[in-house]
Amino acid sequence: MIFALARKLKKKGVLAINKRNADFVLKYNPRRLYPLVDDKLLTKRLAQENGIGVPELYAVVEVEGQVRHLPDALEGHPDFVVKPAHGSGGEGILVIAGRMHDKFRKSDGLIINYDELNHHIFNILSGLYSLGGQPDRAIIEYRVEFDPIFEAISYLGVPDVRIIVFLGVPVMSMVRLPTRMSDGKANLHQGALGAGIDIANGKTLSAVWGNEIVSEHPDTGRSVNGVAIPHWDDLLGLAARCYDLTGLGYQGVDIVLDRNKGPLILELNARPGLNIQIANNSGLLPRLELVEQHHADLTSIGRRIEFAKNHFAAA
Amino acid sequence: MNKLHLYILVVVLAITGLGLFFYKAFFLNFPLAPRTTVQVWNVEARVSFVAEGNPVKASMFIPGNTRRYAIVDEHFISSGYGLVATTEETNRRVTWSIRKAAGKQNLYYQAVVRPVRAPAPKGEAESPELEVPKFKGPGEEAVKSLVEDIKAKSADTPTTVAELIKRLNNPNPDDNVRILLGPKPSLFRKVDQAARILRYAGIPVRVVQGVRLQPEKYDFSKKTPLLHWLEVYHNKQWVSFDPLRGKSPVPSDWLRWWQGSQSLVQLEGASKLNVVLSISPKLEEGVTAAVQRGEISKPLLLKFSLFSLPVNTQAVYRVMLLVPVGAFILVILRNIVGIRTFGTFMPVLIALSFRETGLLSGIVLFSLLTGIGLGIRFYLERLKLLVVPRMAAVLIVVVGLMAIFSIVMNTLGIHRGLSVALFPMVIMTMTIERMSILWEERGSSEALIAGAGSLVTAALAFLVMNIKHVEHLVFVFPELLLVLLAAILLLGRYSGYRLLDLHRFKALAKEQT
Repeated sequence: MIFALARKLKKKGVLAINKRNADFVLKYNPRRLYPLVDDKLLTKRLAQENGIGVPELYAVVEVEGQVRHLPDALEGHPDFVVKPAHGSGGEGILVIAGRMHDKFRKSDGLIINYDELNHHIFNILSGLYSLGGQPDRAIIEYRVEFDPIFEAISYLGVPDVRIIVFLGVPVMSMVRLPTRMSDGKANLHQGALGAGIDIANGKTLSAVWGNEIVSEHPDTGRSVNGVAIPHWDDLLGLAARCYDLTGLGYQGVDIVLDRNKGPLILELNARPGLNIQIANNSGLLPRLELVEQHHADLTSIGRRIEFAKNHFAAA
Repeated sequence: MNKLHLYILVVVLAITGLGLFFYKAFFLNFPLAPRTTVQVWNVEARVSFVAEGNPVKASMFIPGNTRRYAIVDEHFISSGYGLVATTEETNRRVTWSIRKAAGKQNLYYQAVVRPVRAPAPKGEAESPELEVPKFKGPGEEAVKSLVEDIKAKSADTPTTVAELIKRLNNPNPDDNVRILLGPKPSLFRKVDQAARILRYAGIPVRVVQGVRLQPEKYDFSKKTPLLHWLEVYHNKQWVSFDPLRGKSPVPSDWLRWWQGSQSLVQLEGASKLNVVLSISPKLEEGVTAAVQRGEISKPLLLKFSLFSLPVNTQAVYRVMLLVPVGAFILVILRNIVGIRTFGTFMPVLIALSFRETGLLSGIVLFSLLTGIGLGIRFYLERLKLLVVPRMAAVLIVVVGLMAIFSIVMNTLGIHRGLSVALFPMVIMTMTIERMSILWEERGSSEALIAGAGSLVTAALAFLVMNIKHVEHLVFVFPELLLVLLAAILLLGRYSGYRLLDLHRFKALAKEQT
């Protein structure tokens, strides 16, 4: 029974944690490059230097005392996002959707005051959300206004597009849609919906919620299948460029589609999750192996994207 | 290349570990199972006398190693006395001396006697010098005719000795014997005279004195009688003879103490000498005995073993060496099964504390402590404290809770509660902190799943670490850790599915069919 299941998964080429870590993350992602993606501030600067769009940085808080200057820094920004520079898995992200006088309205409608905002920042600084509990910095940045295309299939938060890029080739992709259960967050393990995207044409496929395959958004009831992601070719190009940017062979690129600014890189991930396979109803392994074989020929970004579109179209 | 390197390393580690293990298990006879006990004896000699303010010198023979027995753990209890131990020819002797002593004095000698199996000596090279004793008056005639009589009825030395012993032990002795032994002879008298008669007959012989190692529990306050027997030089070997039955050799439970006709203790400067020997059997753990046996033949290997450490340090290592076993279980559960836990090694530490609390009460106590701690952590959250002070506050609460548990349970007469203090409190604090964050960030179910995962892992690790055989094996054969290391290195390259991956990706498998 167990072995039959394992055989079926193997036949489908499902990549699991041990193999991802041993054969891809450890092999293609040199440890020294991790800071580039683990520190979101560094990622942001790197992207900016290379002309890749990222959400605008409003302020950085490095020590507790700096929160005194926050009111000035936030002047003229009614909405913003607070996140830890070294956060992982969407932990510690606070989204402020609006403000009245000296109070802030969170994306879920709850009102907090400056003290509570500062407390959250202090938590971030002391390393509560960072990997390994290291002291951290808090980033305050532009809050993305997502593209209207997602309004019908998203609840509260900002949907983002995750593209797995292997050796510069986008191999698999999905859009992550926040739900009521995920509290507006776009992380699958927190209850967000993940819908696979056909690499060839940018249209959504089936979706996964938890470990189950679904076809409608649980909160809005709209079909999540067949939605065309706007600017798809730009997104692929952006993702492919991230390989040259960081040098990480195996990475997950998170992109948001802003209503006004177009695609923006939100963050990069050196150990992207594996549920994307469920969202695409397809295993990663055959695609990764194909890229490994043809890696030598795929020298330009154009070629890599063409290779991806030719080989990784949904059946 | 990389993989080959790993495999070579694994094989080398495994072979080294297993090789040492088999060598120790089958050549040095380290016991494979716990609780193999070995019979040893506590031997005590108490020398008491009354001193009258003069210089006192007491010297006593003490036993030495023989082919059958090893003397270990010798202690001399003699406050105020100078102590000199000497070895003279075949005897060992201790001499106590003091410038001035008054009143009743007690001197003690204590030792442990362990059975050993030393190879038989290859025969004594030098032939002993024979000193022909002189008999006076009628004895001269008696011994002459007795020796002639015996020689006529025997073929060689052993039969001569046997015949003499038979004669001496005859309940109705002939005249010659009666003259030589005197009325109502003691056993010592018989043995001593037998030695003289044999020497007169030209046979090298010596008197050996010792005690019998009783197999049954013996009252320590009672006196163990001395035994005397003969050793006869025959075919370049000393052959022992039982002086009562004339048989050779003497029973194996006779412990040789000293040789010669002298008495056990010589005392100068004091009176009312009283010597009490007592022997008591006891069971000793097989490992210690094996080590002692090993010490006699292979001192080098054991100099670098855990057994060379003091006993209380050994106890620490008994526990410490179990940690790798727990870590191994943890690796299996995390990388093969896929269970999520709080902190990498937290479950192993919790499992260690289960050893003190017991499994069931350990789980109950752990859950209670975590539950209450979580409640307090959520309360502290509302005070909006900085992280480090907040964790310190939780730590204080955890310590306080442990103390309260112990006090309450002690009052109720449940002694398990006392050992709750052994939970690693810093780890508990971190667990509570991480659990509460997980609770807030990802909901109660995620937090409870990870909490339960930690507890299940800890319980399984405990169950394995608690197997007596496992504890015994890693302590007696620490080289098995190399094998464990090899296995963990191999697991480090396991890239197959975890058991819980199968559940996670089940939807993908269904679609296929």
